Amino acid sequence: MRKLFLPLTIVTAALFAYAPIAIANAPYESTMLLIQKIFYFHVPAWIAMYSALFVCGIASAIYLFKGRVEADRVAVAAGEIAVLFGLIGLVTGPLWGRKAWGVWWQWDARLTTALLLELILIAYLMVRKYGGPGSEKLAAGVALFGMVDSVFVYKSVDWWRTVHPKTSVVTSLGETAPAMMPAFALCAVAFVLLMTLLLMLRVKLAQQQATLNDMYLADEE
Amino acid sequence: MVFLRTALLVLRKDVAIEVRSREILYTTLFFAVSCVLIFSFAFVREGAPPQEAAADVAAGILWIAVAFSGTLALGRTFERERYGETLKALLLAPAPRPAIYVGKLLGMVLLMTVAELVLVPMVALLFQAALFARPLLVSALLFAGTVGFAAVGTLFAAMLIRARTRDVMLPILLYPITIPVIIAGVRGTSALLTVPPDEAMATMWLGVLTSFDVVFVTLALWTFEPLMTE
Amino acid sequence: MIRRAVIAFATFVLLAGPAAALQPPAGQAPAGQEGFVQIDELPKDQQLPAAPLLIAAYAFVWVALMAYLWSIWNRLGTVEAEMRSLEQRKRQRDGS
Repeated sequence: MRKLFLPLTIVTAALFAYAPIAIANAPYESTMLLIQKIFYFHVPAWIAMYSALFVCGIASAIYLFKGRVEADRVAVAAGEIAVLFGLIGLVTGPLWGRKAWGVWWQWDARLTTALLLELILIAYLMVRKYGGPGSEKLAAGVALFGMVDSVFVYKSVDWWRTVHPKTSVVTSLGETAPAMMPAFALCAVAFVLLMTLLLMLRVKLAQQQATLNDMYLADEE
Repeated sequence: MVFLRTALLVLRKDVAIEVRSREILYTTLFFAVSCVLIFSFAFVREGAPPQEAAADVAAGILWIAVAFSGTLALGRTFERERYGETLKALLLAPAPRPAIYVGKLLGMVLLMTVAELVLVPMVALLFQAALFARPLLVSALLFAGTVGFAAVGTLFAAMLIRARTRDVMLPILLYPITIPVIIAGVRGTSALLTVPPDEAMATMWLGVLTSFDVVFVTLALWTFEPLMTE
Repeated sequence: MIRRAVIAFATFVLLAGPAAALQPPAGQAPAGQEGFVQIDELPKDQQLPAAPLLIAAYAFVWVALMAYLWSIWNRLGTVEAEMRSLEQRKRQRDGS
């Protein structure tokens, strides 16, 4: 895993360096024109957030049911990163919506549930920080609820009539707007790789903190 | 069979303790009533409740009062368990852990239902809301919403017994997860308060609430045991 | 004391930006009230410029990522400094 870090960094940096060119070359969307270009960062940010959330949820389940401490470290790392990408999604979205819908925010099903999901993840981090001893297990429970809730968030646009575009916009991008696919796929891959890199860094931090704890404990004996 | 008997025994224990002192019951009821009164003063203008969006206001206030008093009741119930260290004793007993959870859940639902029995007539009176026009649907919505709220609440309140900052952590953890339940309850109730009552809409929201209940109770049953063990 | 003043000032500046942006632009009539008007048929001064929003979105992405990287870097530095000082104390104790 350690050996992959440098090649991954180089690949991700290259992808992000080329991304503006790909995005500029992508065709305009007919009704929204320039502002639609936020799509190339907005949707991949949420893809990265969901990936991080699922990593967090699965790691939390492993920690809860199998007791593996390494899983808990991955969980806290993934939780922080999910909050980060969720924040990016929740800021780029309204910036796009201000132009496309005329309003910064709407209480429709997708926006409301997405905001609540972000709050659940922030609550996850707060429990870990302020819950006192044994809060890792409590937080793992919260993460599991968050992971299940994310399915509702994703499907909310398909089940309810919302101002937010439906999931079919992305899933059928190949047929409806094939010229946008290269830029979108590039950004999606770049964001997921970035998420993986940040995860590796953050897990390293968690491991160092655990080592420090062990050193303190060994010192006391 | 053992599962059901254990759950009912836990329920009977809680009811027996509560009937003796009635502390949580009275405090929860009083809090719920004050909640509705505060909202009345906030929304009443020139002596009358707001005429436009009256259905939404009444439904919203009812469910907010249910949510807040539910949170309070959860905190108080498990504080009592923590003080008597009875939860540890329960977990040591040779009983299936999920059954203990179900017993506590049933107790919570019962307590919140009693609060709702007081809240619904109060909101109907103070906001002139026709909550008794479709009593079966309103009851079904309230029951489904209560089960969903209590399912998540019981799990988290039990989990937080050992935590240091349990009083402030419970709302922080509970509300983001149960707000969809509240939203569904409010939308369903408000659909029934329009003239004429929109039963199709209310039934749709009842379906949403039921699916939330199934998901939350299943997840809670699955995670209760590992969360309660040291 | 100074630190708190700086934090308060920074918070004010951060909030004032979006608050100013949220004020409706002066002189923009609510076109939606008379009926739906296609966006390209609206006169230019009533359309929102897209470029500032786009730039703000991309800028935020970079700022957020850099801030998080900086936070990890900081925390890693603190932990490693503590580890080094702990090792040093142990060596002093064992040596002396």
